[in-house]
Amino acid sequence: MDDKTRAHGNPARTVSGFDRRSFMAGAAGAAVLPLTARAAGPAGDTIRSAQDPSLPVSVTLRVNGETRSLDIDGRTTVLDALREHLGLTGSKKGCDHGQCGACTVLIDGRRVLSCLTLALVAEGQEITTIEGLAQDGKLHPMQRAFIDQDAFQCGYCTPGQIMSAVACVNEGHAGNDDDIREYMSGNICRCAAYPNIVAAVKQAAPDIKKG
Amino acid sequence: MRSFSYQRATDPSAAVQALAAAATNNSPLTEAESQPLAGGTTLIDLMKLDVMRPRTVVDINPLAAQWSAIDLSSDYLRLGAMARMSDVADNPDVQRHYPVIADALKLAASPQIRNMATLGGNVLQRTRCSYFRDVSYDACNKRNPGSGCAAMEGFNRTHAVLGTSDQCIASYPGDFAQALIALNASVEVTGKSGTRNLPFEQLHKPPGRSPQIETTLAPGELISGFLIQGHWPRSVYLKVRDRQSYEFALASAAVALDVQDGFVRDARVALGGVATVPWRAREVEILLKDQKFDDTLARRVAEAAFAAATPRKHNAFKIKLGQRVVARALHQAATMEV
Repeated sequence: MDDKTRAHGNPARTVSGFDRRSFMAGAAGAAVLPLTARAAGPAGDTIRSAQDPSLPVSVTLRVNGETRSLDIDGRTTVLDALREHLGLTGSKKGCDHGQCGACTVLIDGRRVLSCLTLALVAEGQEITTIEGLAQDGKLHPMQRAFIDQDAFQCGYCTPGQIMSAVACVNEGHAGNDDDIREYMSGNICRCAAYPNIVAAVKQAAPDIKKG
Repeated sequence: MRSFSYQRATDPSAAVQALAAAATNNSPLTEAESQPLAGGTTLIDLMKLDVMRPRTVVDINPLAAQWSAIDLSSDYLRLGAMARMSDVADNPDVQRHYPVIADALKLAASPQIRNMATLGGNVLQRTRCSYFRDVSYDACNKRNPGSGCAAMEGFNRTHAVLGTSDQCIASYPGDFAQALIALNASVEVTGKSGTRNLPFEQLHKPPGRSPQIETTLAPGELISGFLIQGHWPRSVYLKVRDRQSYEFALASAAVALDVQDGFVRDARVALGGVATVPWRAREVEILLKDQKFDDTLARRVAEAAFAAATPRKHNAFKIKLGQRVVARALHQAATMEV
């Protein structure tokens, strides 16, 4: 960015059609080498093998109702597959060790930590991310509630909080404030918006149960 | 993370064969070059930290189809090893007949982790000793046998006071295992030559002179289930920690009692957060047997649980804390409505 666009702040995005996210994604993409080889696919009825760890493996993920095929390093987590390969940057990388909850997604309807889940392990399962919550341009009740209740400040933990909150309600663990606090304890908020998060879960719970 | 060969096993015999075939030496299961992957909440974490370095990872999640049942009968409970912690914690039969199991699971980790982690993986989770988890410390006998123990003279507030050795004072971090000890559970293990059962309290090995050997499992063996005889409605799990939720125990107690007419007919007590392995407090059990229960007795027997404690600089508080946790857990179990 030159001095002129920086001085104008946000307008640069609309003026040039350029934003930070597409720049970062483009730069990352350019560093990816062409795939030259693939490991073998399913090798038998009872075992799926990728014997040579230096080769990419083919994996097919179901993300927000779509089927996405990827050639990836076998070490790739669901979180990295979403963010680095599928451009779904809503799920956030906080600690990358399963401690903060920022990467929370639903797999087959259950909230899990995408940073500790290998993409290979999630093959064929239904992954739902924050990008998959809104339907027909209408926010999910939990998204609406987080806005209404001002349940965030910086917003970094928010996608994980919302995914966790949706599951919390669906599990039947949002019956009272104590339960909400206990069952939302796997999502850390450095801005400490906790009281507002509890309020948001309470607001959205009846709408979700109705829906 | 170092690269590894990924395999996915869709039935138990394939899993056992894959693990055994990839085992290139006789290193104990927790250090083996081939590792089973279930929930991944320990393994992937420790692989990212470079603490665990398997060359082969065998994804055993498809085994959930055979190994995740929760079977309650009139005289036993069988839990499949691939059952997820949250499913067992939320099971009404388990909550009603084995509150110590439901509470130990519910108070462990976070909802997301409980959704992922299996019972079998949970009892095998590795210590949270910060010197074990941080490879920038050379001295860790568990990670690097013979290198010493940085925790002995280091920050050892969270470390063990029971079952320690001069080689290792890392505490066992789990909760569910204490419930299994208190219920005299047995564990079913599946290997190349079939299944075997052993008392759960014989699964973990105290550090002794070989802290890197944490269990009696042989390479290629998998935990397939847990069996608990009888129903134990009068049972509790009490966990004390630095935060109210989502934290490991500083001291915890799993208690199961059979009380008739105010007298203790049978008592089972296990301790967590204070010991190197899931710890059975036999002294307490013996002192309680056939005694008329009251809180004075509870306090007296609780002291006996820590008679052999070996505190270090920062963790001596665990003795008094642990005694109070035992006494309170006994009180709760003895007075609960069943």
